[in-house]
Amino acid sequence: MAVQIRIPTPLRRFTGGTDVVSANGSSLKEIIDDLERNHPGLRERLLDENGELRRFVNVFINGDDVRFLDQLSSKVKDGDDISIVPAIAGGR
Amino acid sequence: MATISQSFPQSQAAAEPDFVPVARAASVLELVGNTPLLEVTKLTHGVLRPGVRLFAKLEGFNPGGSVKDRAARRMLLAGLESGALGPGKTIIDSTSGNTGIALAMLGAALGYPVELVMAANASRERKKIIQAFGAKVIYSDPLEGSDGAILLCREIVSRNPERYFKPDQYSNEANPLAHFETTGPEIWRQTGGAVTHLVAGVGTGGTIMGSGRYLKSCNPQVRVIGVEPDDPLHGLEGLKHMASSLVPAIYHEEELDGKIQVSTEDAYEMVYALGQIEGVLVGQSSGAAMIAALGVARELKEGCVVTIFPDFGEKYLSTNLWIGWKGWNRSRLTRLLAKCRKESANATI
Repeated sequence: MAVQIRIPTPLRRFTGGTDVVSANGSSLKEIIDDLERNHPGLRERLLDENGELRRFVNVFINGDDVRFLDQLSSKVKDGDDISIVPAIAGGR
Repeated sequence: MATISQSFPQSQAAAEPDFVPVARAASVLELVGNTPLLEVTKLTHGVLRPGVRLFAKLEGFNPGGSVKDRAARRMLLAGLESGALGPGKTIIDSTSGNTGIALAMLGAALGYPVELVMAANASRERKKIIQAFGAKVIYSDPLEGSDGAILLCREIVSRNPERYFKPDQYSNEANPLAHFETTGPEIWRQTGGAVTHLVAGVGTGGTIMGSGRYLKSCNPQVRVIGVEPDDPLHGLEGLKHMASSLVPAIYHEEELDGKIQVSTEDAYEMVYALGQIEGVLVGQSSGAAMIAALGVARELKEGCVVTIFPDFGEKYLSTNLWIGWKGWNRSRLTRLLAKCRKESANATI
């Protein structure tokens, strides 16, 4: 299943500067695995050493924070809109 | 040569009788600055050599709750002095929070409307505080971070430049000047001139540039070390990863003696440790500063390291720093202290 993923500025160096990419998978974990295949380096930025979503990375599926869904096991369906949003950073 | 313990009196109140908080004020503008310096003793117990002391300047004691009160106050006063800020003007700037709170608070006190552009993912508490001061919040795309807010703010001002006074903390020399005039002198006085190292986070660069310049003017041997996130994708609100950011015009990295990069996870851990071991609840940028300061202090045989804690922690309770927190205990301290080391190869301390 193909979904669109919105990529924040600090991660666009892994997507050739593109702000929206597509990936396949039926769960968020599968989506991130697919992202890693096409854009190496992304997974390490998103997941910690235990394979969990890093504390300061927020992922939204159709506007819903996956922390309040099923984390990396959150289901994804065709046409879903996923956003990766870093915690606010830089200057004040 | 006198050792730090000999030259640095235990009681600053006795050494600096003229250094007292303002007892009575006619305006919140007069309450900005004169924040206390806290010696960090429990976290450092058994970790530092006997001749080394580490202090944190608690900027959360400012009336708006952060170090940003200093820059905001100085920039607004400079605007009033030059005439750039006057009747009919609206104060506008881009901010991820603390500067916004400071401008909103001081704008209210001075009687000017305030509009603030911030990424939509700024913490809920900050948005509410800013609105409580009567300021208008304009949201920018959270995916673009603080740089997105900077660009949107520029666009808004360019559409109606006569309407606005934009302090522009990223390029306004009154920002570092605030710290040259207040933060630096306070640190010098509070340490009795014993400070040997200043370790501070870099956001706009105002704090470290201004304070660093002042301390070096008093003693050129003072080392000034910046703290920044270790990756462009980070959660250290208030700090900038300079290599991947719009570099503020007021920031001159060549003036620093070194730079230490800190991971978000380590900074979060330090926040938890500071809360439970020192009884000080701070934000994540303070955690990052403490990691770096402790790393610097551990390398020294003798010295007086001062770091800046930009704010307290209440404003972050709804953020990633605390969401999903599963508790913290002292068994994690050893691992954390092991990480407090000099991480940047160019840090000449």
